Amino acid sequence: MKVSFFITCLGDMFYVNAGKAAVELLERLGCEVDFPRAQTCCGQPAYNSGYRKETIEVAKHLIETFEHAEYVVGISGSCVYMIHEYTQLFEEGSDWQKRAIALKDKTYELTQFIVDVIGVDDVGASYQGVATYHTSCHMTRLLGVKEAPFRLLQNVKGLELVDLPNRHDCCGFGGTFSIKMSDISEQMVDEKVAHIEGTKAHLLLGADGSCLMNIGGRLSRNGSPVEVKHIAEILNSRGDV
Amino acid sequence: MPMHIGEKDFKKRVTKGIEDDFMRGAVRSAQGRLQDKRATAADELGDWEDWRTLGSEIRSHTIEHLDYYLNQLSEKVAELGGHVFFAETGEEANEYIQKIAKEKEAKKIAKSKSMVTEEISMNEALEEIGCEVIETDLGEYILQIDDHDPPSHIVAPALHKNKEQIRDVFNEKLGYLKTEKPEELALFAREKLREEFLSADLGITGCNFAVAESGSFALVTNEGNARMVSALPKTQITVMGMERIVPGWEELDVVVSLLTRAAVGQKLTSYITALTGPKQLEEADGPEEFHLVIVDNGRSKILGTEFQEALHCIRCAACINVCPVYRHVGGHAYGSIYPGPIGAVLSPLLSDYDEYKELPYASSLCGACTEVCPVKIPLHEQLIMHRRKMVEDEKRTTLSERVAMRGFEQLMNSASLYRTATKMAPFMSTPFARKQMITKGPGPLKHWTHARDFPKPENERFRDWFKNREKRGEQDAKR
Repeated sequence: MKVSFFITCLGDMFYVNAGKAAVELLERLGCEVDFPRAQTCCGQPAYNSGYRKETIEVAKHLIETFEHAEYVVGISGSCVYMIHEYTQLFEEGSDWQKRAIALKDKTYELTQFIVDVIGVDDVGASYQGVATYHTSCHMTRLLGVKEAPFRLLQNVKGLELVDLPNRHDCCGFGGTFSIKMSDISEQMVDEKVAHIEGTKAHLLLGADGSCLMNIGGRLSRNGSPVEVKHIAEILNSRGDV
Repeated sequence: MPMHIGEKDFKKRVTKGIEDDFMRGAVRSAQGRLQDKRATAADELGDWEDWRTLGSEIRSHTIEHLDYYLNQLSEKVAELGGHVFFAETGEEANEYIQKIAKEKEAKKIAKSKSMVTEEISMNEALEEIGCEVIETDLGEYILQIDDHDPPSHIVAPALHKNKEQIRDVFNEKLGYLKTEKPEELALFAREKLREEFLSADLGITGCNFAVAESGSFALVTNEGNARMVSALPKTQITVMGMERIVPGWEELDVVVSLLTRAAVGQKLTSYITALTGPKQLEEADGPEEFHLVIVDNGRSKILGTEFQEALHCIRCAACINVCPVYRHVGGHAYGSIYPGPIGAVLSPLLSDYDEYKELPYASSLCGACTEVCPVKIPLHEQLIMHRRKMVEDEKRTTLSERVAMRGFEQLMNSASLYRTATKMAPFMSTPFARKQMITKGPGPLKHWTHARDFPKPENERFRDWFKNREKRGEQDAKR
């Protein structure tokens, strides 16, 4: 299977290890991975702020960039969902809408791709430790990927996965919300961090860099010992257990 | 603005909410309880998603044909001997209600819970002409006694108060001497209210759903107070928002089931009261005179717009009960009698963006509201639509934001610009970073770093790693 990898703008700059792990993992699972270098951002900051015209231009760029791909796999549920939303941006039945639909139909979030397309639940990973998992809102509610990350994590040798109380609550990121409504966002991330610290996990996992940046930023400010990693890093881990 | 409550400044309202530990404790525990009960009640039904689809279709159909059903309803009510008044504005509605109160020389008015009467400030209008208005819903009663504390929730208006606070209000205002046990508090209020029902000259109810085919009105309560309000006084006025209507009894069955399960996690509430016109010859009780006031107050201007689905709302508050923003700031922070996600969508529509420009942004767009809505209103998408309106039609966003978004478009649209910018990012951010974290950000980032660290961009971007790896791979292959 040929996979065109979608790193996302945050991933490109901040979560390089997650990207490396995802590529190695996909290759280990038999995929041939390419990286279209023209890719930029999915456009979500503009879209969620109500800047539709600007979003359309960014969307066209990404549609063109990935047009050749057999599959597009991204490491953020939220950004992948944004690509799926492109279909709503263009006029009904227009050429651009058709191209957006074609892109939507072949674009997957990493864990979703592994479980639903490759058809693998056990990627042969091993990692010694206790972790909890943050279910990100857009990935679960909008993209509808609920089970895949858990199915994969349950099969990681040595990993003890503990429940995160109130896991369906938003972490308070919300893109520009975290800046525009930072006082409310702070309360939300504080509550999330309290729940995380209330578990015995020493590792927080997630499939969305933006949420992890938010929660991780608060954990770091608190001087918390809890480490933060993208799920790809654990799924690609082959440590001794 | 009658809908408006509290301090004018949004930021101040938010800060007040965040600093109110009692309120936040009360809201947190109520949300937890209501979320669990709703989920259980939805599961019990077995095919909740099918019910939601049905509910959504019923609401959609009704609102599409609103003129037809309102016409049918008013004809039915008139046939039964009732009076119907269409009020375009809140003022018109209040003038009509004042007129009836004057004609009947009403001193005391017993009222069951109604959000639309809050919206048009009906109580104040009646008090202006010397009437005493008694709220008979327990939550509303508590707020009324507590010097007219505004509601913070559309189903449980006193949700922001805990039982100890309610005990104190009863003690201070009514000389209550018992404990904070809910049963004792409720019994005390019941005895007080019983006197009021018996001595009221006029009864005013809200309306959960009007049934067009029979000219009936369904009222959903757990206290039976709507029944008392409509059975005892000689004159009854029912006030309804113009969208609160269903075609017939079969549809009522569906929407009431969705309402009670979504709102409070009950199969049905203790009382579902259906009223059909004034007392008929063969009937034993009911009002001698019945008036229906249908309130538009900004609703018809929503029809036919991108926001029409907001009129599908059945006022269950499920979206409010799952909203994390609501949990932390409380209902009063919204500055509207309609708080939470549905309030953030509706308030700017019923009022305007001058009054409520911040509300569409008071959401992380987590989608919990959309997921839980029993009639499938895409609430978070409606919030984005508001943002879009403010950008495109109203040009309300700041110049700096518009410039930034234009810059964003150009940057993200150009592979080479993007590559340059991301390559520079680690060096640009170095002055602000300690180790790998930025603890005090420049510009807008300072809002982020008030409570959170921000990661410093990696020196080697992913794309560099991938490219170098390809090169290394090629070299390996050559060897």
